[in-house]
Formats: sequence, C-alpha cells, structure tokens
Amino acid sequence: MSDHEITLTINGESVTRSVEARTLLVHFIREDLSLTGTHIGCDTTSCGACTVLVNGKPVKSCTMFAVQAEGAEVETIESLAAAGKLHPLQEGFWEKHGLQCGYCTPGMIMSAKGFLAQNPNPTEDEIRHGISGNLCRCTGYNKIVEAIQYAAEKLQAAEGGE
Amino acid sequence: MPQLDDRTEHHSELAEGVSANVPTTDEVQIKTPAKICGMGHRKKRKEDPRFLQGKGNYVDDVKLPGMLYMDIVRSPYAHAKINSIDASAALEMDGVVAVITGEDLKAAGDLHWMPTLMSDTQMVLPIDKVVYYAQEVCAVIATSRYVAADAIEQVYVDYEPLDAVVDPFEAMQDKVIVRDDKEKKTNHIWHWEAGDKAATDAIFKDAATVVKEKLYIPRIHVSSIETCGMVANYNKAREHMQIYMTSQAPHAHRTVFALVSGLPEHKIQIISPDIGGGFGGKVPVYPGYVICAVASLVTGKPVKWIEDRSENLQADSFARDYHIEAEMAADKDGKITGLRVKTLSDCGAADAAANPSKFPAGLYSICTGSYDMKSAHIEVDGVYTTKPPGGVAYRCSFRVTEAVHMIERMTDIMAHEIGEDPADFRLKNFIRPDQFPYKSPTGWEYDSGNYEAALNKAMDMLDYRALRKEQAEKRARGELMGIGISSFTEVVGAGPSKDYDILGIKMFDSAEIRIHPTGKAMARFGTKSQGQGHETTYAQIVAEELGLPADDIEVEEGDTDTAPYGLGTYASRSTPTAGAAAVMAARKIKAKAKKIAAHLLEVGEDDLEWNIDRFQVKGSPDQAKTIQDIAFAAYTNHPQGMEAGLEAVDYYDPPNLTFPFGSYICVVDIDKGTGEVKVRRFVAVDDCGHIINPLIVEGQIHGGLTMGLAPALYEEIVYDENGQNLSGTFADYLLPTAVESPKWELGKTITPSPHHPIGAKGVGESPTVGAPPAIANAVVDALWHLGVRHVDIPITPEKVWKLLRANGVTD
Repeated sequence: MSDHEITLTINGESVTRSVEARTLLVHFIREDLSLTGTHIGCDTTSCGACTVLVNGKPVKSCTMFAVQAEGAEVETIESLAAAGKLHPLQEGFWEKHGLQCGYCTPGMIMSAKGFLAQNPNPTEDEIRHGISGNLCRCTGYNKIVEAIQYAAEKLQAAEGGE
Repeated sequence: MPQLDDRTEHHSELAEGVSANVPTTDEVQIKTPAKICGMGHRKKRKEDPRFLQGKGNYVDDVKLPGMLYMDIVRSPYAHAKINSIDASAALEMDGVVAVITGEDLKAAGDLHWMPTLMSDTQMVLPIDKVVYYAQEVCAVIATSRYVAADAIEQVYVDYEPLDAVVDPFEAMQDKVIVRDDKEKKTNHIWHWEAGDKAATDAIFKDAATVVKEKLYIPRIHVSSIETCGMVANYNKAREHMQIYMTSQAPHAHRTVFALVSGLPEHKIQIISPDIGGGFGGKVPVYPGYVICAVASLVTGKPVKWIEDRSENLQADSFARDYHIEAEMAADKDGKITGLRVKTLSDCGAADAAANPSKFPAGLYSICTGSYDMKSAHIEVDGVYTTKPPGGVAYRCSFRVTEAVHMIERMTDIMAHEIGEDPADFRLKNFIRPDQFPYKSPTGWEYDSGNYEAALNKAMDMLDYRALRKEQAEKRARGELMGIGISSFTEVVGAGPSKDYDILGIKMFDSAEIRIHPTGKAMARFGTKSQGQGHETTYAQIVAEELGLPADDIEVEEGDTDTAPYGLGTYASRSTPTAGAAAVMAARKIKAKAKKIAAHLLEVGEDDLEWNIDRFQVKGSPDQAKTIQDIAFAAYTNHPQGMEAGLEAVDYYDPPNLTFPFGSYICVVDIDKGTGEVKVRRFVAVDDCGHIINPLIVEGQIHGGLTMGLAPALYEEIVYDENGQNLSGTFADYLLPTAVESPKWELGKTITPSPHHPIGAKGVGESPTVGAPPAIANAVVDALWHLGVRHVDIPITPEKVWKLLRANGVTD
C-alpha cells in the first residue's frame, strides 16, 4: 500500500502528514490528528455522524480518502468554539435541548452549518430535508430543528447588524 | 399502602412526602429559586458543553500507548459445522500479532462459553459449529485497525452447512436442533404462565363477544448511533484489568467478568465513559467483549475492539420477535371481562434476553393494561432458532412494548367489533382513579393512575369529536383517514429485591453524596446515562433536597472503582431507583446537617426547621445556617464526639415498581395510490409522576415517540430461509430521519407515585411503548370499513397497498 504526503488546512491550521492511500478522511482526522469530535456511526454513508466541512461543503468523511483532501480546507466540530465562545448552532442545540447522547451532534451541527451557509433563512421543511442525511436516535429531531431555527435567526441578526 | 411495609426501617423514616393520596394535576411543582435549580426547573443540561464542542469521551476516543486492534471473522452461514480454521496466512502478515480461536479460549479455562443474563449459555467462540449468521468465529489482533481488517480476510474456515431453522413454529417441531450441546435435544427452552387459567376459560365461556387476533411483533434492532466497543488494558505487573466498555451496567458487568474469567473482582475496573446511545443494546455481554478482554490478557497490551455498523446490525442488540395469539372477552354491556394470550418467543440461538432472572418473558403480564377486567391468563414459550440471540429491550422495560401493543390492538378491535367509539370504549373500561392501588388479574399492584384524565386531555388537545366528523365526511368521499388511540400503562423501575435480580444480584441502585468544605458536592451513582441527562437531573434532585445549587454538584457515573455498586440504566429504572437513592442519601446528610446547625446556633434540634437551603430557628428565620455554612463547619467546627465530614451513601430497594401511563392519539392519512401512511398529527399525553426537569422529559418523550414510530412504520430485521440477515446496513434497515419524524404535540398530567420519595415514575420508555399501537390502530381505523381487522407492524406502503388492492380500492 503506497504512502502519500498530503498538506491540507484543518480548522485554520496547515498540516502535512504521510498517509496510506486508503486512509479514510475520518480516520485521518480522528487518529492521525487526534480530533475525536468527529464520530463514526455506520459504514454505508448513511448516518452522517462523521460529517465535516470540506471547502465549506458538508462531506461524510467516512466516504472520502484523506488523500482526496489534499489542498482542501477542512472544518470539524472542534473549530466552532475556537474563540472560547459557542457558535450560534452550539448555543441553539444547548438552549433547545437538541442533543441527548451527543454522538450524532458534531456531525449534525457541521451538516447544519453547511446547510445554513447555502440557505440562511430556511423553512422548517427545508431544515428537515437539509439534515435528512444525519441520523439521530435520541431526540426525535423536533428539537434539533428548533435549534437550527434558533441559530439561523441569530446568524441572520448578526449579518444584518454588520 | 401495603408496599410501604416492605421498606427498610431507615427508609421508612426518610421517606417523607410518601403518601397514598395522589390527586392528578398538570402543573409542574417548583419549590426552589432559579439559583438553586431544584426539581421542576427547565435547566439546560450540564453535560452539553463538552458534547457540543466535540469533547465527549466515547470508547473509540480512548487511545492508549501500544494499543492493538481486534477484528472478528464472522460466519457466512446461519448453521454450519466447522471442520477447520486455518489462520496461518493471517499470522504471516506484517502487523498481525495473534489470532484467537475457540480452542484458544477453551485452553485458557473454558472461556469459549459464557453465561447469559438469563442463566443460559452462549458461545464466545465456536469449536464445533456456528448457530447464527455473523456469529463470531475467531478474532485477529493486529497493530492497526486496517491490518486487522485485512487479516480477517486471510483466515480460512472450512464450514459444512447445516439446515437453518428460522421460523420458531418450525423450530418447535425439533427437526433441526439448534443447541446440540444441551442434554435435552429440543429447541423448546421454557414455558411460563401468569394469571388464572380456569377462571379465564370460564369467563370466555360466558362472554357475549370474543375477539381473536394473531399479532407478530417483529425482530428489530436498537441501532444506537454508537455501536458496541471496548478497550481492554491488562497490566501484567499489577495483575489488573482496566476496561473501557460501552456498558449500561458497568458494575454488573464487572461481576460477570470476575465470575467468568476468574480474575479477582478488585483487580477489574470497568469504565463506561460517554455512551452514544444504549436503548438496552448495551446491557448484555456480547462475545466481542470477552474476546477483546482475553486478547489483552494474552498479549499483555491494550486491545481495542469497535464493531462496524454492519456487524452490529447482524450480530447483536436485537429486540422483540414475539408471535402472539390473543383473545379478548366482553360482556353484553361492552365491558372487557377477560384476556387469554399465547405467545411464542423467538430467542435466537441463546436465551440472552436482558430480563430479571425470575421473568423469562419479562414483565409481559402487564398486558391487561389500563383496563379493569376479571381475569386473564398468559402463556409464553421460549424457543431456539438459528438466529443471533435477541431479547434486548429497544427502549422498553422488559417486554412491556409487546404487551402494550397486544392489549391496545385488542381493545381497538373489540371496540370496532361491537361498534363503539374506541375512545368511549376505553373510558368505559379504564381502571378508575379510586381503584388504586390496583391489583391486576396477573398479580401486579399498580401504584397510581388516572387514565381518564390523560385520555380526556389528549382528546381535547386535538378536538377528537371534530376529527371523527371529518373522518366520516372523508370516508363518504372515498378518502382514507384514521384515528388511533393508545392508552398504555407502563411498568418500570425494577425492582424490589424480593422479586427482581439479575444473575442473583438484587436490582437496587445507589447514590453517594459527598459535600466538600466549601459547599460544593460530588454525587456518584450506580446507574449510567447514555444520553438521558443524569448529570443534570440527579444534580437537581440533590439541589431540591439539600439546597445546594445544581451547578455546584458534580455528578459522576460509570467508573466501578469510584461509583457505588448499582445495576445500571435500562428499563426506565434510574429515577425510580438511583434517583430515590439520591433523595435518601441527601436526607441522611440533612439529618447530620441538622445536628451541626443546632450546635452552631446553640439551640436544640427540635427548635430548627428546614427552609429550602438552610436550617432556621422556628419563629426566628434570621437565625439560620445555610447548607454551605454547615458544610464548612462539618470539617472545621463540628460538635465534639461527632464524626467529621458531610457525606452519605444509600442503596435503595424500591418497595414496588412504578406505573407511568399516558394516552396517545394519532391521525393518519393513507395514500390510496401508494399505500403510504402519513402521520398528520400525533398528540401524546404522558404521566410520569412528578417531573424533575421538564426540558429533559420533553426530550425523552420526543425521542421515544420517534423510536415508537420507527418499528410501527419502518424497521424490521428480516431473515431469508437460510437465516441470512437481509437488513444488515442502514441502507436496508431504515431509521426515521428528520423528514419522517412528525411534529410531536405533547401534553401532560401529573399523578405522583405514592411510594417513590419524590413521586417520580420514570419516562424514557413510555413513548416507545405507547406509540406503535396508536399508529397501528389509526391505520386499521382507516381501513376497518373495508374489512381490515389487523396489520402487523411495520406497516409499510407495500403491505397497505396490497390490502387496498385486495379490497378493490386501488388497482
């Protein structure tokens, strides 16, 4: 199995590492970079627990090789409260009780972040479809939808205020 | 209340607030200010900041120096003889450290078999034959998970396929024997009965109406988003085994490991870190855990085993699989008089259900439900098939979901049969509030209930009578709309030690509270949250009792070295057992605090009264010592002759189970072209007694309802005739997404438990138990006029479409 040197930006920091060609991006993130906030919940690209942003778009990192992220900007859950303040999505999930066991939460939040970037003012139905690639077994989704609505409003208000 | 007599003496003294007088209200009781945040406050969860920032610590996040990885070779056959296992090619691969087979486990002290929680036996790794598809055959230990995954492909197993037996009725004929390791060559495992057969038969003889139905509650899978896993770390120098494990019951698992392995129990530490959902699937001990621990013992290195989703969906965490034949009798006035039930429980290849020892069919005899009837008789037989062991709970208290589905379907069938509105029929047949404590015909003593209040509230919330009118108009136009009710009674909080144990260990639970000199506290429990929010609710219980702010109380669970012994979290037992233990431990502390306050204020104890967070002199409230003052004094200025410190531990043995209940109403529209069932509205009125945190209770109900919707409409583990699992990935086994999950409409009534010290009952599972029959009843209600009496869950578009086609509704 051939090894390759890759350079990419992860949460704003440039990293260079040698990886096996077959290394999945999720394993690279979790094991090589020790960023364990990104989780694995299935092996069929169904559950979305491993969702990260690659160049701003939500990607299921269990279905992408690390070498495919060469030169890319990758964002994981660990980047969101980097300045010590919770992101409006994190705030929304906390306020609205949008999480229980917390396992799907990082993927759900990253998926929502990518979705809101494309659709900053979504309807409830659009939110439900927007996160339909992310499975949650605990919450029944209603409170996740409320959490995303909370964040959308807060982000819109911040946008308007600038 | 006769149950109170069963309390230990000190518990009787501490059980203030316990009474038989339990009027129903709908207001959440709040006694503490927001800064203390005791019971009733909608407190945001204390555990959330770490989860929101990706700083949770799940088993797969544990990384130890020199750690090895395990992967498992699994059987491609449901039933086959093993002629040989050749691992030589795997062992030659770079990075492969060891291969562990059944022979190796046998040599290590007969570890190739293990006991199940039901005192049956289950193979850890096979020597002669495999008995289910995806069964663990041997394990490879390697330096990386990729190498381990490569190496399992290089293990050559010579199988000789045998006939599979997938259908439990066929298994009862004993043509194919699943467990030929047993002395008795039969697939029949056990027979269990409850109720009075002769009295029930007599009632059926005299009944004005009898309805009969066959129901299948299919095999389903809990599918927590985190699969099962372990990191085992044996330290040879210390002869100490440290285990990180996805465990809902770490103490019980420690004892099982000690008994199975022969390692002394004080040399085993089980840490159940953050758990990514459990729902019963993380109660049993699966073969992978045992192999992983042995792998660490053998190699002397930490070994990690994390199941793939497809392994998880094919080999473990299965629930239900009950084949039910039920009959209900009613008199000429439409009063239910009796229930007669025969059930076949498909256990798979081992009886590894997670039930209390004396209850092979769990608490299934709760199946007379919310209805007052003269007599009932229940028979259940357990049978082996060549399927993986089943019988975990799927967010349910030991077979209560099967019981509730049956009684709620039968009640609806009876109402339709005699031409009564299903709501009116229920209101007529409910156990009345004045009948509590109610002795059921199968021997339960229901603690409290007010079923009509819950149903009336649900009916008001969606204007039930108007919906019936709408339905009639739509039916006249040929549209298919249905309204389904489920007025369920749950039974949770196992349980009183005289009846409830797992492998002999009584089902008490525990709490230990230590208050530090500066008035901050640590509280540890024998339970283990998997998302239920224990770090918040337990803190609120202690805050309520002691007046310490909930934010000043650190709650810890899951480490067997530090937490007091308990039986863990499942069957909605945490609040009924460990929650009560928290109250009792707090009251022990309060008793000591009162002595310290009397000393500090130089008054007699009898001159003091408690006020939220302080002891004050009666009639002179400005003379007071807060709990923080008292805590400081407990270490700096305690009375001569008194032990220093302010802490207590309590092992709570509940006097009875608790009986949460509720009424759900579901409105469905059925697409005549596709057979798709669309849930238009779903109103859920739950009564779980006193509420500790309304935000968390709502979250539990939402999640439970979606896990009730799932088996009603989508989920089923399907096997082909050879015993191959056809639902082995999330592409085949469909969990509801945000698109399928309806907007749940919640209501509540509050009827406290008379025997629980804070009147709470538990709530996590009620909605999973109550929701499926509401949905199924709605579908049948929409189709009854076409002659449809029953549809088995999951009610897929295909099933409905076929019914519509058979009845000429669609072509």
